Amino acid sequence: MSQTTTEKPTTSLVSVEIMGKPQRVPHGITVLQAMWYSGHELIRGVGCLGGTCGACGIVYRTKDNFELRNGLGCQTLVQDGMSFSMIPHFAPARASYQMAELADPKEALFELYPEAARCVNCNACNRVCPQGIDVRGSVWCAVFGNFDQVAELTMSCNSCGLCVVRCPADMAPNLIALYARRAHGVHELKPPKRVTDRIAEINAGSYGTEWTKLQKMGDQELAKYCTDYPKPSAVK
Amino acid sequence: MEAKRAGRLAQTPALLADDARKALLSTHHPDYRADAYRTLKIGPNAGDRTVKELAELLEAGSALSEPLNARHADTPLTPHEKVDVLIIGGGGAGAAAALEAKAAGANVLLATKLRLGDANTVMAEGGMQAAVNPDDSPIRHFADTLKGGHFKNDRTLLKILVEEGPSAVLWLMKLGVLFDRDEEGNLKLRSGGGTSTARLLACRDYTGLELMRVLKDEVLNQKIRTLEFSPAIELLSGPDGACTGAVLKDFDSDRRIVVQAKIVILATGGSGRLHIQRFPTSNHFGATGDGLALAYRLGAKLLYIDTFQYHPTGSVYPEPMSGLLVTEALRSAGAQLVNAPGDRFVSELETRDVVASAVIRECQEGRGVATPGGRTGVWLDIPVVDELHGEGTIEKRFPNMMRLFSRYGIDIRKEPVLVYPTLHYQNGGVQVDPQGQATVKNLLVAGEASGGLHGRNRLMGNSLLDIIVFGRRAGQHAATMAMSVEWGATTLGHLKAFEAARANAGITSDLISPMLFPDYVRKVEKATA
Repeated sequence: MSQTTTEKPTTSLVSVEIMGKPQRVPHGITVLQAMWYSGHELIRGVGCLGGTCGACGIVYRTKDNFELRNGLGCQTLVQDGMSFSMIPHFAPARASYQMAELADPKEALFELYPEAARCVNCNACNRVCPQGIDVRGSVWCAVFGNFDQVAELTMSCNSCGLCVVRCPADMAPNLIALYARRAHGVHELKPPKRVTDRIAEINAGSYGTEWTKLQKMGDQELAKYCTDYPKPSAVK
Repeated sequence: MEAKRAGRLAQTPALLADDARKALLSTHHPDYRADAYRTLKIGPNAGDRTVKELAELLEAGSALSEPLNARHADTPLTPHEKVDVLIIGGGGAGAAAALEAKAAGANVLLATKLRLGDANTVMAEGGMQAAVNPDDSPIRHFADTLKGGHFKNDRTLLKILVEEGPSAVLWLMKLGVLFDRDEEGNLKLRSGGGTSTARLLACRDYTGLELMRVLKDEVLNQKIRTLEFSPAIELLSGPDGACTGAVLKDFDSDRRIVVQAKIVILATGGSGRLHIQRFPTSNHFGATGDGLALAYRLGAKLLYIDTFQYHPTGSVYPEPMSGLLVTEALRSAGAQLVNAPGDRFVSELETRDVVASAVIRECQEGRGVATPGGRTGVWLDIPVVDELHGEGTIEKRFPNMMRLFSRYGIDIRKEPVLVYPTLHYQNGGVQVDPQGQATVKNLLVAGEASGGLHGRNRLMGNSLLDIIVFGRRAGQHAATMAMSVEWGATTLGHLKAFEAARANAGITSDLISPMLFPDYVRKVEKATA
């Protein structure tokens, strides 16, 4: 995303309402760009501008539609008759834990996030998630202790918090998922042997001779060494 | 475009010979556009060239220059906070440094301009390099990276990067980072531009997001104090020139917060939002090179500030996506770069600078495709990936890319996208030693704000490794140093010297740095009364 909003619009203007105030902004730009276009200086509610950081949650309605929707401000295009506001922060109850020290992370979930068990299956979270995650499914997987499935379902979660805003059981599915993901990695997966073997090799100084050789090389010799370094297939 | 696809599948453009590669770079890489550069007049790099956008900021005044005239610069400011280690920047490097410094017993404060985790780290899609495969080795990683950096990398730093790579991976896994694995539990590895074997670990195409959310969660769990929306606007110095803290600006109250620190770690990241040479950027909103300006005024030497990475495949259509990265992992998986006549024109696995130059060449010589927004690009033929690896590959491996384009009705499984180089990475930065120590005493720098490790061109996947390896090292070193460093006077003495140098050099610009944010607010001419 660049500074297109500072330039003269080449396209037609549409009518929108930004936090209740009518504005005319160019067609084809995003909600955040429309904010800049209409003179708003943004500090909160802007982050990566690429749909990945979750800083720019918005609530909006489209023309002649009573339905309130949520989205990401950097990913939602304005349209004529649209009304929107930013939701720069939400206030979830965040648990604090020492992950590696938890004896039974599945049990600990209910101490850290007891509200996780309060899901009423309303599906509001799934409808609101801008990443298309099966949020409700991930909550139930967490409750049943299937942390590997939580991990599978929630890779794209950017913690925008829109599910928290909508959840009638007042839980933060994004934080529950993060807990379950980490618990899966820390308690249920073993570090691959190849990684630990390589670390042991390095610590044992297995590459010492080669490094000594490299460190003695002049610039040209080293450049040649790197350029001619044999392809993996040629290595025993 | 589609008509020639079958024919293209059979083609494999050869890697360029060294001279051809050099020739292409010198004619078409933005780093070689002489009129985009100027020479620095003052500071530790006086006489060196850098892009005009950065030069202006390095030689700009400070927000504290004004009261300086009214007050004595040698009078210490009264600290509001006193900490062993102040970390400026809340991305991957800052978080890694904070965790290690805290673990080593230091009293840590992390201050950041936006929220903890709002950084380029979160946007890293492609992966993280680490030599963990049996057919790989730290030596091979070293050789590939040195070649990619045009042999200008700091070799001491590079040796540390490749040797500590596997340990960094283990550290992350022990925090719960879920790298992609195969059925046997081994890490799934991919190739990238400039890697001679599969060395990229990934979490689908959300690698940076996964790293950052875990690091952020851990920083909060370890009860490390963080000040969000509080960027540094000036560093502080003692009579011997050592760094003794920083002045932060609290965005909410507009108050200045004076932090006295034994050690300051700058982890402020890159500078894509300077829109150097008017390029769009893949960087996050706060990437305005703040750390470079702060460190420079304090007298820290910078390195390779004349070279930037233009990622070859930034999106140019649709317009709201312009500048956004189309991950290099797609090219690793076989996606092809195709010009308007429908031909391939470069090996997709050349290093980023070479591929970017080739794309610019195609567009300049009339073989580009114009967009309705007035941009030019070439095709990235993504559907080929499914043809090569079987249907479903794109969906499984590139869910983020699919989602981003689908928001504008583009199905990347079926359609190519238009791309042009986008400003992606600051190859250079503050010169550091293996502990992150800058040339200014008690000032450490880690991550994209530092320079030297990547030489003149960074390889894909080496930046995520950089922020973990050197972020951790800086944190550990800062905690150790803090045990023996005495509290220093919190003055603006360096600023007095810097202002004198500005006056001597006849610099009259009233620009203030750090810039903090790009100004995207539309300027409307005020109506006359």
